[in-house]
Order: sequence, then structure tokens, then C-alpha cells
Amino acid sequence: MRSKGLLNITRKEIKELLTPSTIVPVLVIALFFASMGNIMGGFQEEVEEKPVIGIVNEDSGEHSKTVMSVLEEKSEMVYNGTDRELGSKYVEEKGGTALLIIPENFSNKIDDGETGYIMVRWFMKGMGVMDTVSSGVVEGLIEEINREVSATLIERETHLPSSHLQRPILKEESTIIQERELEDISPSILGGLMSSQSIMIPIITMMLIMMAGGTIISSMGMEKEDKTLETLLTLPIKRSSIVVGKLVGAAVVGLIMALIYMLGFGFYMQTLEVSDMHLADYGLALSLSDYILVGISLFTALLAGLALSLLLGTFAKNYKSAQTLLFPVTALALIPMFVFMFTDIGNLPTVLQGVMYAIPFSHPIIAMRGLMFDNYTIVFGGILYSTIFSIVMIALVTKIFDSDKLVTGSMSKKGGLIDKLSR
Amino acid sequence: MRENMIEVKELIKKYGDVTAVDKISFQVKKGEIFGLIGPNGAGKTTTLRVLSTLLKISEGEVLIDGCDLDKESAEIRKKISYLPEDAGAYKNLTGREYLRFIAEFFDGKVLASKMVKKGVDIADLDKKIDDKIDTYSKGMKRRLLVGRTFMINPKLAILDEPTSGLDVINAREIRQLIKEYAGAGTTILLSSHNMLEVDFLCERISLIDDGKIVESGSPKGLKNKYDAENIEEVFTKVVR
Ligand SMILES: Nc1ncnc2c1ncn2[C@@H]1O[C@H](COP(=O)(O)OP(=O)(O)OP(=O)(O)O)[C@@H](O)[C@H]1O
Ligand SMILES: [Mg+2]
Repeated sequence: MRSKGLLNITRKEIKELLTPSTIVPVLVIALFFASMGNIMGGFQEEVEEKPVIGIVNEDSGEHSKTVMSVLEEKSEMVYNGTDRELGSKYVEEKGGTALLIIPENFSNKIDDGETGYIMVRWFMKGMGVMDTVSSGVVEGLIEEINREVSATLIERETHLPSSHLQRPILKEESTIIQERELEDISPSILGGLMSSQSIMIPIITMMLIMMAGGTIISSMGMEKEDKTLETLLTLPIKRSSIVVGKLVGAAVVGLIMALIYMLGFGFYMQTLEVSDMHLADYGLALSLSDYILVGISLFTALLAGLALSLLLGTFAKNYKSAQTLLFPVTALALIPMFVFMFTDIGNLPTVLQGVMYAIPFSHPIIAMRGLMFDNYTIVFGGILYSTIFSIVMIALVTKIFDSDKLVTGSMSKKGGLIDKLSR
Repeated sequence: MRENMIEVKELIKKYGDVTAVDKISFQVKKGEIFGLIGPNGAGKTTTLRVLSTLLKISEGEVLIDGCDLDKESAEIRKKISYLPEDAGAYKNLTGREYLRFIAEFFDGKVLASKMVKKGVDIADLDKKIDDKIDTYSKGMKRRLLVGRTFMINPKLAILDEPTSGLDVINAREIRQLIKEYAGAGTTILLSSHNMLEVDFLCERISLIDDGKIVESGSPKGLKNKYDAENIEEVFTKVVR
């Protein structure tokens, strides 16, 4: 008897929990991670693959031959010649990592006990974590060159100082990013400096959209569950006022939450700021007006997210189904965050670029990075897009508010996909 | 002759393929209490929702206080007050806060305060009016909503089963209130299953079954016509 009851209730629970509304989100997330795995796999290959470089050898001595032999074996050379500018062009076109220049008298200087400088011109493709990986590999190669040259010097039993014997070669570097050349900095250090911006904005955007979106969808779910919506819709107030009122309310709450996050994150970042280098030293810091633009971009993205959430919220039947309906918003907020932590939009395949531009929540992140390099077109474009997106959503929601759907609850009598999901 | 507050002409309301209300016509005079009576699923709620501007008309015409429902819904919303069946209120507000929230849609601050005061009087919840609605019983919630319905002095109150689920005492008090406000000039359209209630309250009633009005008249007239003791008997005779 007892086990029969147990079976009965277990079966009922499973039936209740295994609905399209619980399975579809899990499926989508699984699919997303599977494809993320593919993308990451691509990066993995990039790490294992030989880095693409160019080389200009202006030295004819013995040590430059060592350099060349290491590089020939462990990298893919797309340029090997004497013209620095032409070399730069080649490397950039081939999406290479760096142009290495071995200057005249490189070998002589080392033999005389002076440091030999290899000039490295880095080409950095973006501000994501993955955009500094290949430069790390090349830095490893330079370390290897150092060891080999050092071994040659030690074998010769010269009377040079031991510090020189151990480290005969140093880099003299500059980094080219978004057509700007920054002196004395490598991609990995630059990436570190930018990480506060490049990580903070994606996280804040994601949090903001999810929190505020959740608030507004739940509010719709509650209106239906508590049966307050019918009364609201018979009051002498415009449908559009109800819609905008709900949006503005949630936006204000969202901005307050964002502010709290930013303060917290700001303190966190301050405690991490150990290096005394600053983005300002490289002309990459944002001015006050830039920050205002990022703020506007964030606000329009928030508005777009809220309007989308409200649209989904109109399908909610109760508080629980409202939570399920939040899922598409969550996914749309998570995807840009993950992608842009790894790389910049320019490095994505064209189709994926289109997808990212279509998601309004990408734009604050794109704006932040664009502003570092004074790319205002992309910033204003994003703001405009999010605004239009919001207006279209608000129009749609107002239309639904003005129809029977909100009260009768169903789109069609058979019940469409959204209907099943909101159950 | 009194003017009509409501004129419904051949109203049809469909949900997809389901015809919930099938070509009904009726009039309600100003100051009258009019009842829509019918079994479950007859189309009472659907009719009331159409009249309170929640649902769009599929076919037919409805005039409320001279305004066309299809074209002047904004105007109509200023005149009516709708009490949905098993309606709720915002749980995290107190009773008084809820009344104020609603009142401010209708009037400026000063008048709104008057409305709230009236709503509080009607609801008659004593100290509970300043407690969260979360803590109210079903009957208390209903009283609050009845207060909300009448505090705005609507020209027309539309009440969907106003006393369903209430105990005898509460139901009686609410019936008393409805009579009182009708006397003060508010027209009332209500739906009900409760035949005694209808007999007591309504000047005229329509029996609705399967989306169609099958009989109309005053309770007394109908009882005579069907030679019945009460409306329940009339109802069974008509529907059969
Ligand atoms: N949202 C809806 N979608 C489809 N059909 C509906 C919907 N709401 C009601 N109906 C149908 O319309 C018909 C009339 O329903 P309605 O709610 O108006 O009846 P009612 O007279 O108020 O019944 P009750 O006394 O049970 O409240 C029923 O057949 C019902 O199934
Ligand atoms: Mg009903």
C-alpha cells in the first residue's frame, strides 16, 4: 500500500516537472555549452598551433642564426625579409601575432657583453581573454631563444658577467591595436590593464538585464496570479501608460541595483590594482563624456531588455510560469557576456557578428571597447539600435495590452509553443 | 421613462471557434439593478468582461451611458467600476494603500482622499484596513474590493458574482450595500448563481444559457408567468 502511494506521487511529480517549460531551457543551455566547447576548441588549437609571425633580420651574425632556427622550427613565418613596413603589412593581413625585428649588430653586441634587443611589434586583435593567448606563445619562444643563446655563450667560457650570460636578450616592444601603436607594452600586460573594463561591463550588463527583466516578468505573473490585472485594465488609464509605467519602474529599480554592483565592483577592482601603469598612460582611458555614453548605451540596452521581458511577461499565467519565461532573456544576456570576455566582435565569424549585433545587450560592451579607440559610430549605432528595438517591443506590448489576449490568456485556441512553455 | 444605462444589441463574443455569447440583447435602465442568471459556462463572465472593456466585441453593438463600447472605451472606463469574480488586490499593500492607489486614477489628491475615506467606510474592516492585504481572509478581501468598487461613485457598477464564497452574514451585508448604492443612483449589473439573492436584489433579470438569453423579466413577473414558487423553479422550467 505505502509503496503504491509513493509511486503514485512520484509519477505525478515527474509529470508535473517534466514539461516543455523545464526541458527546453536545459536543452538550450546544453546546446549553447556544446557550441561554446567548439569555439573554445578553436582557441585551444590556436594555442597548440604554431604562431603566425613575420621576421626582419638585419643582422648577419651567429646569434641571429640561432634566433632564425628556433623561429623557423616553432612558428609559421609569413614574412622573412628586410622591409619592416612590408613585414608589418604581411603579418597584419595574415592575422599574425607579431613582427620580430633583429637589428644590425645584434650578435656583435651580445658577444661584447651588451644586451641584444629583439624588437617586437605586436598585433593585438581584441580585448578578450583569448586575444592575448598567441602573444603568450611568442613570448615563450623568445624565452627559448634566450636560453639557447645563453647556452652558446656559456659554452664559449667567455669572461662576460653572469647576469649577461643568463639573459643576453631583451625585447623592445610595441603593440598595435585598432590601428594605434602603443609603445613599451605587450598584449598580455595591456589585456590585464583593460580587464577591469572588459570584464566589469559584461558582468554588470548581464546582471542588470537579468535582475530588472526578472522583476518586470514577475510583476506580470503576479498581476495574473493575484487577479489584479483585470481591475487595472478597466481603470481610466491608457494602456500605453500601464506599459511605460511598468518599464520605468523596473528601469529605476534596475539602475539602483546596477549602481550598487558598480560600487562593489569598483572597490573590488581597486584592491586588485597593483601595477602602477594606467590606461591613461596609453591614451586609452575613457573621459567623463565617454562614461556618459556608456551609461546611455547601458540604459537603452536595459530598456530593450525590459521591453522584451514585458512582452514575454504578457504570456505568463502565474508567478511560476513567469520565471520560466525569463529564460530567453537570461540566455540573451549571458551569451554576449561570455563571448566578449573571450574576444572582440571583430574576431568572430560574420554570422556570429550579426547575431551579436542583433542582441541589444551586446551594445554596452561593444560601446565600451569602441570608446577606448574613439570609435563613435559603433557607439551611437548601438544606442540607436537598442532604442528602436525598445520602441518596437513597447508597441507590440501595447498592442497585446489592447487585445483580448491578456485576459483570455491564450494566443490561439490550440495553444502555441509559447503557451506550452508558459504552463 | 428612465433612460437606458446599458444597451446591448445582438452581441456575439467568440473565443477562437467557441461562441461564448451568442447574439444576446438587453437593456438596463439608469438606477436599475439588473441580474444575469445562468449555469456554469453560460457566458455571464464573458458578457460582463465585454461590457467592462476587457474583451473586444466580435459582433453586435453595445452602448454604455450613450458611449459606443467599440470606439469610446476610454470614456466608458471613467464611468464604470468592475468587480471581477474571485478578484484579488496587491498583496504587499495595506487595504488603505490599495484604495488610495485605485482612487488616484480617478481624481486629484483631495477628492482621492475623500474616495479613500468612503472606501474604508464601506469595507468596514476596522484596524485591519492598515494591515497588509496578504493577511486578509477571503471575506475581508471581498469587502475591500466592494469598497473599492463603490468608493469612486461609478455611474455603472458591474459585479461578477459579488457574494460567491462568502458566509451568510457577509453576503447579506454586501447585498445591503448594493441596494443602498443603487438607491443613491448607481446602476448595477450583476451576475449570480444565487437565486435568492437575485430575487431579493434585482428589479429585472435575464436568464442566460449556453450563450443565449432564454428569458427576461422582473422576478415577480417571471414567477407568475411560470407559476413558480421561486426563481430557482422558474430557472429549471425555462432551461428544461
Ligand atoms: N479564455 C477562454 N478561452 C476559451 N474559451 C473560454 C474562455 N473563457 C471562457 N470560455 C468559454 O466561454 C464559455 C462561457 O464562459 P464564462 O466564463 O463566460 O461562463 P460563466 O457563465 O461566467 O460561468 P461560471 O458561472 O462558471 O462563472 C464557456 O464555454 C467557457 O468554456
Ligand atoms: Mg463566471
